[in-house]
Amino acid sequence: MTEPLLQVENLTMHYTTRAGELSAVDNVSFSLKKGEALGLVGESGCGKTSVALTVLKLLPENGYIKEGKIIVNGKDIVPYTEQEMRKVRWGEISMVFQAAMNALNPVYRVGDQIIEALEEHQPQMTNKEMKQKVTELFELVGLESALMDRFPHEFSGGMRQRAVIAMALSCGPDMIIADEPTTALDVIVQDSLLKEMREFQDQLGMAMIYISHDVGVIAEVSDRVGVMYAGRLAEMGTAEEIFHDPIHPYTMALMSSFPSTVGEKTDLVLLPGEPPDLLNPPTGCRFHPRCPYATDVCKEEQPEFKEHSPGHLAACWHPRGEQS
Amino acid sequence: MSENGKNTDTLIEVKDLSKLYPADSGLFSGGDTFIHAVSGLNFSIKRGESVGLVGESGCGKTTTGKLLTRLIEPTEGSILLNTESGDMDIATMTSKETKDFRRRVQMIFQDPYESMNPRLTIYDTVAEPLDVQGIGNISERQARVSELLQTVGLTPASSFLFRYPHELSGGQRQRVAIARALVIEPDFIVADEPTSMLDVSVRTGVMKLMQDLAERLEVTTLYITHDLAVARYMCDRIAVMYLGKIVEIGETEEVLQNPRHPYTKALLSAVPIPDPTYKREAVDIKGGVSKPINPPARCRFYPRCPWADDYCESHDHPPLEDKSGDIHFTSCYHWEDNLEK
Repeated sequence: MTEPLLQVENLTMHYTTRAGELSAVDNVSFSLKKGEALGLVGESGCGKTSVALTVLKLLPENGYIKEGKIIVNGKDIVPYTEQEMRKVRWGEISMVFQAAMNALNPVYRVGDQIIEALEEHQPQMTNKEMKQKVTELFELVGLESALMDRFPHEFSGGMRQRAVIAMALSCGPDMIIADEPTTALDVIVQDSLLKEMREFQDQLGMAMIYISHDVGVIAEVSDRVGVMYAGRLAEMGTAEEIFHDPIHPYTMALMSSFPSTVGEKTDLVLLPGEPPDLLNPPTGCRFHPRCPYATDVCKEEQPEFKEHSPGHLAACWHPRGEQS
Repeated sequence: MSENGKNTDTLIEVKDLSKLYPADSGLFSGGDTFIHAVSGLNFSIKRGESVGLVGESGCGKTTTGKLLTRLIEPTEGSILLNTESGDMDIATMTSKETKDFRRRVQMIFQDPYESMNPRLTIYDTVAEPLDVQGIGNISERQARVSELLQTVGLTPASSFLFRYPHELSGGQRQRVAIARALVIEPDFIVADEPTSMLDVSVRTGVMKLMQDLAERLEVTTLYITHDLAVARYMCDRIAVMYLGKIVEIGETEEVLQNPRHPYTKALLSAVPIPDPTYKREAVDIKGGVSKPINPPARCRFYPRCPWADDYCESHDHPPLEDKSGDIHFTSCYHWEDNLEK
């Protein structure tokens, strides 16, 4: 087996707030192979964006990595300085965020902003090569190359998000982290963008971490899926395992509370309560106050994130709701 | 029953409703360019029914909601609200009538963080409509508010009464918004994306609450949403809007299973399905949404339509018709020719 592109081991990240320590990411481990698409799904505050920010070491001032390793292409980047991280970002891992409007500078032409990134990371390229590269990137993400001389305000929401993706691809990264890239877009625009993302991911053999709260989108883009709850990974497996054979009661509830336009109109399952406050997380399994199968052990001890079948992991004392 | 036919159990009847916004707002400009945000809408809502208004951003669904609650005034057309003392035209009512109207029609907004005064306690927020309408004395109001908070699942009510919105989660706030809308027992509620800011697990609770209340209190609802899957669960009928026009309206399952308008078909096939093995049909439309600025007299969907031909180009926007007689209305010249496609 080849070495994974990204290996996250026992990663714990805390925010220091006035109210105390907030454990946003707690003991998370996963790996990503070359060319693989991993979907991270969960609700607001479950830590999916925090995982992305931690992997890129783009944490705000009050966030710090408490424990764990982030191994990118065989090297642990946790001790890296900001200077060293700059080479990792864009070159090895690049990112696309939800608010495309904020990622583009309104007073520069879109093409020039991509060229700026190229100048920084690929200084050996000539101007002509850079122009050529921008043309290729635009085509790759489904934008007409003539648009590179336009300004961001002349772009629609979908076009801006494509431009940001083109920028993220400019330095030929091994993997891209996309955090809710289509959430602000209408479904028809989202559909074509998702299609293109799958296409170029395939074409470039690039790995991707796709973060979304939308179970439907995750089903479409992911080879493997990680389900997060309250800062921890609840379950991880292939997309089919997660959607058709979930182990963790939270995954089970998530899948059956998500409405669909096709198939039989089944009753939506109601999960009581709300996600916990991470300043004061529940003891044991963090899902136990909302779990229909919870017993005493769930309140006291944190279940291990362990393999139930090859590649299918979950952290639960009562997998599939079984009581021993 | 025809869609526009008069029926005793019709609560809301919308006739030729239009809202135009000037597109060039300069002081000396000609003022002949308009955005046709809503144009020539005709539909009715029966008592106790929940009708969904779906479509993409800019299709006019929120404008329609605002017109029906008289937050904005229409450019043309009428909106009749059936009351015990005859029909009331929302479009032309006087300010005196407005107060009575506000007792009958309420709105729930998308953003529970923006739609509440941060300085008012939950009690004040929910009791405000009672205060405005001059209903009950203080102790009656307190009892009513407590009862409502219980109804929307904020229990025990006493622990919520004197808290402020910032102390509540998004789901709890949206429940407060629902309580506020219901406190004066309105006949009709316009809910504009009430669950789209909520997380899945919280959303299901709010959806179930709204369904349950609509049934128990017999409230009629116009449910505005961009999410077809949510509309499937919340609405008896759905109306699909495109650039200010309703292009299709019918019973929810019928529209979702047998869409007739090419836009509805495209919209439906673009919705991601939460099943990795499901293969969706390819979306078969061109281009993107434009703005309805002085739209030419032809089908609004013409530039993107896979079925468009000379007939569509040379004729007005097709009327919303029900040729099949099964209360499934479509605004397209070619839907019958394309039934098998």
